[in-house]
Amino acid sequence: MLIRIIAEKCTGCQLCLRPCPYGGVEMVGKVAVLNENCTYCGACVPACKSDAIEVVERQPGASEAARYRGVWVIAEHDNGMLKGGTVELLGEGRKLAEELQVPLEGVILGDGIKPLAEEMVHYGADKVYMADHPVLSRYRTGPYTDIICGLTNKKLPEIILVSATAQGRDLAPRVAARLGAGLTADCTGLEIDPEKRLLVQTRPAFGGNLMATILCPEARPQMSTVRPNVMKKAQLDPSRKGEIEVIPVGLDERGVATKILEVIRQEEGDEVNLLDAKVIVSGGRGLGKPENFSVIRELAKVLGAGVGASRATVDAGWIPAYHQVGQTGKTVQPKLYIACGISGAVQHLAGMSAAETIIAINKDPNAPIFDVATYGIVGDLFEVVPALTEKLKELLA
Amino acid sequence: MNVVVCIKQVPGSTEVRIDPKTHSLIRESVEAIINPFDENAIEAGLQLRDQQGGKVTVMTMGPPQAESALRQAIAMGADEAVLITDPAFRLSDTLATSYTLARAIHKVGDFDLVICGKQAIDGDTAQVGPGVAEQLGIPQATFVIGLEVNGRKILAKRMLEDSFEVVELRMPALITVVKQMNEPRTAPMKGVLRARRAAITAWNKDDLGANPSRIGFDGSPTWVIKSFHPERRKRGEMLEGTTEEVAAVLAEKIKSLNLG
Repeated sequence: MLIRIIAEKCTGCQLCLRPCPYGGVEMVGKVAVLNENCTYCGACVPACKSDAIEVVERQPGASEAARYRGVWVIAEHDNGMLKGGTVELLGEGRKLAEELQVPLEGVILGDGIKPLAEEMVHYGADKVYMADHPVLSRYRTGPYTDIICGLTNKKLPEIILVSATAQGRDLAPRVAARLGAGLTADCTGLEIDPEKRLLVQTRPAFGGNLMATILCPEARPQMSTVRPNVMKKAQLDPSRKGEIEVIPVGLDERGVATKILEVIRQEEGDEVNLLDAKVIVSGGRGLGKPENFSVIRELAKVLGAGVGASRATVDAGWIPAYHQVGQTGKTVQPKLYIACGISGAVQHLAGMSAAETIIAINKDPNAPIFDVATYGIVGDLFEVVPALTEKLKELLA
Repeated sequence: MNVVVCIKQVPGSTEVRIDPKTHSLIRESVEAIINPFDENAIEAGLQLRDQQGGKVTVMTMGPPQAESALRQAIAMGADEAVLITDPAFRLSDTLATSYTLARAIHKVGDFDLVICGKQAIDGDTAQVGPGVAEQLGIPQATFVIGLEVNGRKILAKRMLEDSFEVVELRMPALITVVKQMNEPRTAPMKGVLRARRAAITAWNKDDLGANPSRIGFDGSPTWVIKSFHPERRKRGEMLEGTTEEVAAVLAEKIKSLNLG
């Protein structure tokens, strides 16, 4: 989409200035003009009462795009299990594939992964491309990019979905740059425009303060990384049948530029994987001292939850940085987020306000966290949180 | 060791508010800042230079006013600064931006390491770093929290969801860094004075020898067709009563979410 202001039609009424989020329209004399801030988002178009703002649609090069068919899901796995995000992508990919009436195909790379390839079929893939080789045992940018790009160029899928995890966000931009493909980061909504057969992608920007809808009209494949925990998981059906195509891997360890020297797993692995967590219990400055995170951890344990933290606690050295939720930490979207002793600075809210349900416990009735909370409790977290932990132990037992 | 640091100028606040009556945006004049993760990238570059010698070149692609971000980087201690600016670069998506930055780094020529912040706080994509690495054809390590240089090799400690990973790369390479990598220095007065007078190189599309079909709008496969505000969360229910009562109500609410 391109936008143009037709100077002859402009009446100088200035109605188009206010709706612009970017300060992209300004008055030059008595005529509105688009300046360098304009992103062509189109917010100004409906405001014009004299049809002076014209939308110019760029026509996609249809012939090239039509050669591409099918929806792909790139699998992520760890410890012999498919990651939750991958199962969600298979659910979402199925929906898209059905609307387009094309096959849903999985791509999995690793070492000894036949059972996982079969599991992808059980989760809905019509076919799975499997590259099974010791060199691929752990994700590395180089070989994964090489194999996926090679396969894409051969099979020409129209859509490739990747989880917006550390791995997916390392891999997808590299693949997209090599293929010259369009890539949209961290999508929270995917749909098909049935007329144009285009993937309509919705994603948050500005820390979730603005949503953008993005299309990739010409280049193929259309690639998205998808935020974990947002899409519905596919149902497992062990009776489903599908084809597994083995991709020959001609790699040699000596040919891979990067070496993984060490992997340091956190002992408290479940507690820190915030991106996959359905529930997160977070602590803030209200905890007073580092030892008091035990109150948070006990509640988290009962709920099988991840442990989050505000920036203040991380900066104070109370808890390691990978727990940090917010603009300079992690952006999370769990089903339930429990904020304990967190006032709710804008930067923190940017990282968690997309959670489905938010519970806030804070002493200060004016804390901004209550503005986004589904349930708020004004009170002493050292009383409320342990009492809640006990109640939940009884209820969930 | 020569380092190129790529930075972006972003709005100082990501809070975009909407007028509840008119549904139009309240645009407060927010100060433009260096993207916070990019300050860590600058700091990482400066530390490497201080240990290993060489120089730090900082670059940004943006409108002419992005020059102020470069001056801030010089004030922190960067040796050289390049502003990549041309009306033809407007509307670049992450692919076109990666291509353009890669052209500029190529033109700088003599570099061992490129450092970027893990993502910009306005776009939140984290795609430009890996995109640049691909366009330069060099290895990458993203989300880096620690770095060690060993001859022509670097050991980068990456921060993943629930673990850390130490990878070995051969330079030239590109890394993207997280906030926890370091504490960016405050610009010393001497630096601030130097930054005021420093010459800033400006390159346009011709200086870069950029392929016109790969920059700006024409080089961008993705198009934003609509921007809108998410439904704002409403203030919910405040639970009152004794600790016992509140805890009991809350526990029931949590149970009814069927999180199992």
